[in-house]
Amino acid sequence: MMRALIAFAFAVLASLPAQAEIEIQEVSTPGGIDAWLVEEHSIPFVALELRFRGGTSLDAPGKRGATNLMAALLEEGAGERDSQEFAIAVESLAAEFSFRVQDDSLSVSAKVLTENRAEAMELLRQALVSPRFDGDAVERVRGQVLASIDTDKTDPDAIASQTFHALAFGNHPYGTSSDGTEESVSALTRDDIVAAHAAALARDRVYVSAVGDITSDELSDLLDTLLGELPAEGAPMPDRIDYTLGGGVTVVDFDTPQSVMIFAQRGMKRHDPDFFPAYIMAQILGGGGFSSRLMEEVREKRGLTYGVAAYIYPMDLSEMFMGMVSTVNARAAETVAVVQDEWKRLAEEGVSQEELDRAQTYLTGAYPLRFDGNGRIANILVGMQMDGLTPDYLRTRNDKINAVTVEDIRRVAAELVDPEQLHFVVVGKPEGLEATN
Amino acid sequence: MDRRIAPALLLSFALALPALAEEVTSFTLENGMDVVVIEDHRAPVAVNMVWYRIGAADEPAGKSGIAHFLEHLMFKGTDTLEPGEFSATVELNGGSDNAFTSQDYTGYFQRVAADRLDLMMEMEADRMTGLVLTDEVVLPERDVILEERNQRIENSAGALFGEQRRAAQYLNHPYGIPIIGWKHEIETLSGKDALDFYSEYYAPNNAILIVAGDVTPADVRVMAEEHFGPIAANPDLPERVRPTEPPQLAERRLSYSDPRVGQPYVRRSYLAPQRKAGSQEEAAALIYLSELLGGSSASSLLGQTLEFDEKTALYTTAMYDGVSLDATTFEVLVMPVPGRSLAEAEADMDRVIETFLTEGVDEASFERLKMQLRASEIFRKDSLQGLARAYGEALTSGLTVEDVQAWPEILQQVTPEDVEAAAARLFDKRKAVTGYLQETDMVMAEEVTQ
Repeated sequence: MMRALIAFAFAVLASLPAQAEIEIQEVSTPGGIDAWLVEEHSIPFVALELRFRGGTSLDAPGKRGATNLMAALLEEGAGERDSQEFAIAVESLAAEFSFRVQDDSLSVSAKVLTENRAEAMELLRQALVSPRFDGDAVERVRGQVLASIDTDKTDPDAIASQTFHALAFGNHPYGTSSDGTEESVSALTRDDIVAAHAAALARDRVYVSAVGDITSDELSDLLDTLLGELPAEGAPMPDRIDYTLGGGVTVVDFDTPQSVMIFAQRGMKRHDPDFFPAYIMAQILGGGGFSSRLMEEVREKRGLTYGVAAYIYPMDLSEMFMGMVSTVNARAAETVAVVQDEWKRLAEEGVSQEELDRAQTYLTGAYPLRFDGNGRIANILVGMQMDGLTPDYLRTRNDKINAVTVEDIRRVAAELVDPEQLHFVVVGKPEGLEATN
Repeated sequence: MDRRIAPALLLSFALALPALAEEVTSFTLENGMDVVVIEDHRAPVAVNMVWYRIGAADEPAGKSGIAHFLEHLMFKGTDTLEPGEFSATVELNGGSDNAFTSQDYTGYFQRVAADRLDLMMEMEADRMTGLVLTDEVVLPERDVILEERNQRIENSAGALFGEQRRAAQYLNHPYGIPIIGWKHEIETLSGKDALDFYSEYYAPNNAILIVAGDVTPADVRVMAEEHFGPIAANPDLPERVRPTEPPQLAERRLSYSDPRVGQPYVRRSYLAPQRKAGSQEEAAALIYLSELLGGSSASSLLGQTLEFDEKTALYTTAMYDGVSLDATTFEVLVMPVPGRSLAEAEADMDRVIETFLTEGVDEASFERLKMQLRASEIFRKDSLQGLARAYGEALTSGLTVEDVQAWPEILQQVTPEDVEAAAARLFDKRKAVTGYLQETDMVMAEEVTQ
């Protein structure tokens, strides 16, 4: 049956749905907001996704953590309502708002019922346009952020990430935690928070998608009301920083049974003509699922870890090709060696035709399966806009995947993948591991 | 509770939301395998799940972790599939797959294009009876689950604390043993242990097939009968009987110290009733209680009192999930602001609970919550996988499809009096475990302040 199954699998590949079956409408409002909409009227709610480019990297010098604290305060009182009154108003409508910040963006996700959409959107508008930043709310949320900073000090995953970013990016915003430090967060004033709000939430950097029970006319009106009062322009985007960290092993001594590791080298821009070969190459090396080279060598054959992954990670202002793994302290040196060997093998040999075929089949088949919920679709669509893609990418993306050849990947692997440049940060008490720091 | 007055109340609070029962069909194959089909035709996607009514709490003594270890080994090949070939075939079809183990169930799923469903069922049926294990695959996989334990538990002070609390909560029931297993027992598990467990419990009459997505019940029935139909039922399937709790008569207190603790907190669990087939009212009341006491910070009693008014806590919450085969827990947590001791935090917790018991339910909060619970029934329909999982968890935890479908209405029928009565029954410290998680040793509450 084994062979029969595989044969069957190949036989039906041709009929895989090659396209996501969703219809994107481009909506341009009279107020100048562009949005993507997918109408889906079978469930009476809409998922609205807003993303403002910039994120925590917009923190002004000396004000690290201001954008993060500001974003956490958006739902802590707005317009006429203080924090508790605002929360109660949102809960009364059973609306769900979430505000998240990352290095490059501030995201707003909203799910609102059709029956009270106007009222819910009015609350969201107030949160975006006229947050209060009341003194007691600032102090309460500041306390939570300081606690989180404190917790990170004894969390091996956080230590690994912060150490790696500090080594790679130094004084650039990417080099420090977006939460800020105890000192910087303690020193933030209400004026700093107001300034961070004006810097990050502006119409010149917002990307919008909506999926659900709403028409294009309704969405157009809604967006002009929701975003019309935001300033036209925000703060200038921060400078780029090249990834130049050399190879090596940095050990952070921390008393815990399992060593947590992050490894990386320089990466590739999202719009590089070689992005797709690099993306598929990384999928074969350490992509999701159970069949990547790293999963096979590190987990399946040797039982060194529960999970290992590697991926191309293009950010707005720099690029990395990175991965992560964790293993019991006694086997840390062996794990590092296996990852290094795989890096070397990839640089020298590229990938096989069979590996490429499998990766292409998986990636093209899995793509349409992502589009199966209003919130999920809204999230993908706004990400596409941030990446500068057009709606027809939904139809062309799999062709780009399928166009990649073994030769493309061999060339990209030879140019990009550099075992000498691979740097490991290891947090724990790794045994037998030679630190280069 | 008095259900007679509930419909009247319900009418007065009914909202303009349309009734949106998901399209669910269920039937049973001749060999006893249950099948549930949840239709959602918005996207050409299907989720295929096989759930076994067997979990960590069903393990033999001394073999903790075997249910979870077997879950991993189910990907290691059969008479017809080589190790790893199951997942590789799913990926070759553009799908993804995984599995999960809890105290009460073990589940396997694939997420695929709807026209790949037949192949997924063929492979799931194949590994229901044909598992083949050799030391070559078993021993590295045991290292993998030890690393999983390292990652999830040993590297986390909070997770180690949780294990100690649960062990103290259950005096006799196996819920006190961690799902992943105690480390010293995982280290001794063998391929034979896994196969013994497999042959005893993996059978169609102990399994539930759940298919959600762009499918029809008729098509699912044909495929299920073709692939699972020929598998014989296990006539010797043991009845699912576990050790039960004796009366819990003595309050338990513990303290765990670990230098890796960033923020100390006090966390208490009370033994609590679960949702039972045909009798979910008490659990429904406890859902309200957990939200009213420790739901959102801005509107719950714990949050309003300790985070907002008195500013003595960084974070507070209450947790209750009624889906469980046997008695579960209701938990309350207070993380004090820096400089405030855990003994003081515990006194704060006690005081807020006492306030709730004396002053009762705030009507406005109660109505808001009711609206949110009704709306959540709309939002949850957006997640195919979430819906399928909700049915799987319920059906392996002693509930029926009818219970799952009745649940939203039962939630709407809860009254403030029901919540108050449930709270009075719940908050009994003789059935509770109070734990302190801290960086360095400190004495516990009674010894310092009371």
